[in-house]
Amino acid sequence: MSAVIEEHHEEHHDHKPTGIGRWLFSTNHKDIGTMYLCFSFLMLFIGGAMALVIRAELFQPGLQFVEPEFFNQMTTLHGLIMVFGVIMPAFVGLANWMVPMMIGAPDMALPRMNNWSFWLLPGAFGILIASLVMSIMGMGSAPNFGWTFYAPLSTKYGPASTDFFIFSVHMMGISSIMGAINIIATIMNLRAPGMTYMKMPIFVWTWFITAYLLIAVMPVLAGAVTMMLTDRNFGTSFFDAAGGGDPVMFQHIFWFFGHPEVYIMILPAFGVISQIIPTFARKKIFGYSSMVYATSSIAFLSFIVWAHHMFTTGMPVTAELFFMYATMLIAVPTGVKVFNWVSTMWKGSMTFETPMLFAVAFIIMFTIGGFTGLMLAIAPADFQYHDTYFVVAHFHYVLVNGALYSIFAAVYFWLPKWTGNMYDEKLGKLHFWVSTISVNLLFFPMHFVGLAGMPRRIPDYNMQFAEFNQWATVGAFIFGFSQLILLYNIVKTVRGRRTVKATDQVWEGADGLEWTLPSPAPFHSFTTPPTVK
Amino acid sequence: MRAAIRVAGFISMMLSSSLALAEYKLDLEPGVTTFSQGAYEIHTMVMWICVAIGVVVFGAMTYAIIKHRKSKGHEAASFHDNTTLEIVWTIVPFIILGFMAVPATKVLLNMEDTSNSDMSVKITGYQWKWHYDYLGEDVSFFSNITTPDSLSLATSANVKQDETTLLDVDNRMVIPVNKKVRLLFTSNDVIHAWWVNDFGVKKDTIPGYINESWIKTDKPGVYRGQCAELCGTNHGFMPIVVEVKSEEDYLDWLAGKKAAAAEAAASAEKTWTKDELMAQGEKVYATNCGACHQASGQGIPNVFPGLVGSPIIMGDVAKHIDVIVNGVSGTAMQAFGGQLNDADIAAVVTYERNAWGNDTGDVIQPSDIKAAR
Repeated sequence: MSAVIEEHHEEHHDHKPTGIGRWLFSTNHKDIGTMYLCFSFLMLFIGGAMALVIRAELFQPGLQFVEPEFFNQMTTLHGLIMVFGVIMPAFVGLANWMVPMMIGAPDMALPRMNNWSFWLLPGAFGILIASLVMSIMGMGSAPNFGWTFYAPLSTKYGPASTDFFIFSVHMMGISSIMGAINIIATIMNLRAPGMTYMKMPIFVWTWFITAYLLIAVMPVLAGAVTMMLTDRNFGTSFFDAAGGGDPVMFQHIFWFFGHPEVYIMILPAFGVISQIIPTFARKKIFGYSSMVYATSSIAFLSFIVWAHHMFTTGMPVTAELFFMYATMLIAVPTGVKVFNWVSTMWKGSMTFETPMLFAVAFIIMFTIGGFTGLMLAIAPADFQYHDTYFVVAHFHYVLVNGALYSIFAAVYFWLPKWTGNMYDEKLGKLHFWVSTISVNLLFFPMHFVGLAGMPRRIPDYNMQFAEFNQWATVGAFIFGFSQLILLYNIVKTVRGRRTVKATDQVWEGADGLEWTLPSPAPFHSFTTPPTVK
Repeated sequence: MRAAIRVAGFISMMLSSSLALAEYKLDLEPGVTTFSQGAYEIHTMVMWICVAIGVVVFGAMTYAIIKHRKSKGHEAASFHDNTTLEIVWTIVPFIILGFMAVPATKVLLNMEDTSNSDMSVKITGYQWKWHYDYLGEDVSFFSNITTPDSLSLATSANVKQDETTLLDVDNRMVIPVNKKVRLLFTSNDVIHAWWVNDFGVKKDTIPGYINESWIKTDKPGVYRGQCAELCGTNHGFMPIVVEVKSEEDYLDWLAGKKAAAAEAAASAEKTWTKDELMAQGEKVYATNCGACHQASGQGIPNVFPGLVGSPIIMGDVAKHIDVIVNGVSGTAMQAFGGQLNDADIAAVVTYERNAWGNDTGDVIQPSDIKAAR
């Protein structure tokens, strides 16, 4: 039986479908991974352009460019696109490319579902962005209630386009759930002989855990938006106090999804960093099993801390204490991870190619975001930080300087394996330094204005906040445009005209099944499973 | 050479701007209540603990980055775990967290104790203003931003920028010094959050809920804050100003408020001239209607309807009054019946029917409103 399958594969080896059909009907994990990554990159520029509109308006006091109503649409869509359209699809794209190669599988376990879970996304974001296009053309308002869409602002007071938004979130949710099922099925069933769970690369482990988080919480989000839908259109009162409902219940449901969601966006980043640091330190990862346990602990804790986003809603004091203590506990496993990375670097033989630079910057800046996270966990202090620019600084440090940086690191790290060509190291380093200086100019001053009392999501501010806002805007424009360096570098590497060919191992310290494949990796990864000792 | 001069100019500009920085706040202020001070102390403590941990961890990392690199000929060691070390760096953070949790718990328990208060003020969030109700005193009023021009792109440039721009209101909340003032929070529409950093109080105002907090301070003064929860288009334009006065001044203020309320009630009885109504109407319109329908009466296309030539305004007066008194359900149009007195509604209806070329010539008296209610 297996001989028959092998023969079948043999004759189709590297036979790629051609034309648009290759992409539309693709069941190939690499092509789908590529589409996820390209989609995410496109969304990065769209969401980034919105961020620049926000920063341009906040360059100085007074209104200069947009009306407050449009400003709110920008903050809302910027958040939704960056969370659901950039970070999540980019990690799914990396998983698609790398998980089968890392565990010695030929492809994902459920290739047709893989195709559908990708192709739902352009539809979902098409609908969401259509609402903005209509808003610009003067046909109603796009979603304007923040990416957290608290009721009743999003239900009773939401614009007509809220129903577009709800449909779009449902589609994103279905896509994520299917992607997660696929990853779990692949990891459980297609590992090479000898690759026990505790021998899996950390990236595979972190995605394995992330996939469970997705399956657990995306239905909760779907429930929340469905209740919104019926509140808006069918006369129910889930979130309307006047009808016996409860607007705070919305927040509980949303954050029961929302807190695990932030770990969905950071656990794969931990995985990426745990692949890159040992490679460039030329030393095995320190404390492999404690890395796995720490990741699992973070995943578990993520389910019991959600109400730390809601300290100001007036919970009973015992609940505030519980959520404060539980949230503080997250510092322990997160600390373990950081200590392990530093110990991996310790007494290594390090070199600093672009992926390593991004990975080291990730550790430092993510840790800063972790510190402010610990500060935010302290409920009495959170009353001062909540809904200010301090929070904006915090979550951008973990999501941009953290998650997005890990994605940049991953792209530079694996691009030679994907394309067979080395990227331009000089341009890579230029991209790193320009980005790192500007991103800190962008987000670090936000800590100061937040502590000084500037609320988030406001289109205009008192002149006492002007100077740091100007710094942030300058940083934002440099950071935004420096991503064009990355775009150019990727295009140049893919075209491969003036590039160096990559070896199979690519990096001197690289270790793992994916580096045993040729560069570029063949269309079907492992037709005969390798054996892991 | 020219480039060098330019660089020097840029550097001196950066330097001078960082000198000016002294005026800008970088950190939380201790504030004037026990729990703003408690929050400040715990904030400072946790921040410095984080800095210390950062110095140790990043210091070790920097050392490794400098010393343990291949270009320096450093050979990679082969260790990849150390059980003792791993147990230590799991246990030690627990202990540090314990040191943070104890004072945090103390401050929190103090904050949540609203018992034995001297007086109570109910604060209600509206889109986009605050309402203060002094319980048991029969004094209540709305508090609006003083610069409605800030709200729109077309007029924002008219606003003079100074220390209190966007942070000033027409009617301040006034409380006495050294009294425990219990605050009750609720909302008329969406969720807002009442926040004054000097008090360390930030509470969501939620429709259908009543939240509690309290203030007690021994420092008279004017304290400013803003709405902290996204509450729609003009979320950035609902400031909070609280004035803490001596007991005596507070009682004077309270008496003044009561007298003003009595005067307003009396003015509803008399018959107004059209000019009086128009003048009063313009004021009422600016504070209550202009945020959405705009000072020009043009509204914001597809978001808030314009009033110029609007069928409701040009048509039946009774329908016009009904919309203002009872609002339009399912839209952002609030019911102003409970917010404005008969004279103000009569004035604003008259104003809307005669301003911006809506020359209906109608004059509506407070008695008409009373009859229509």
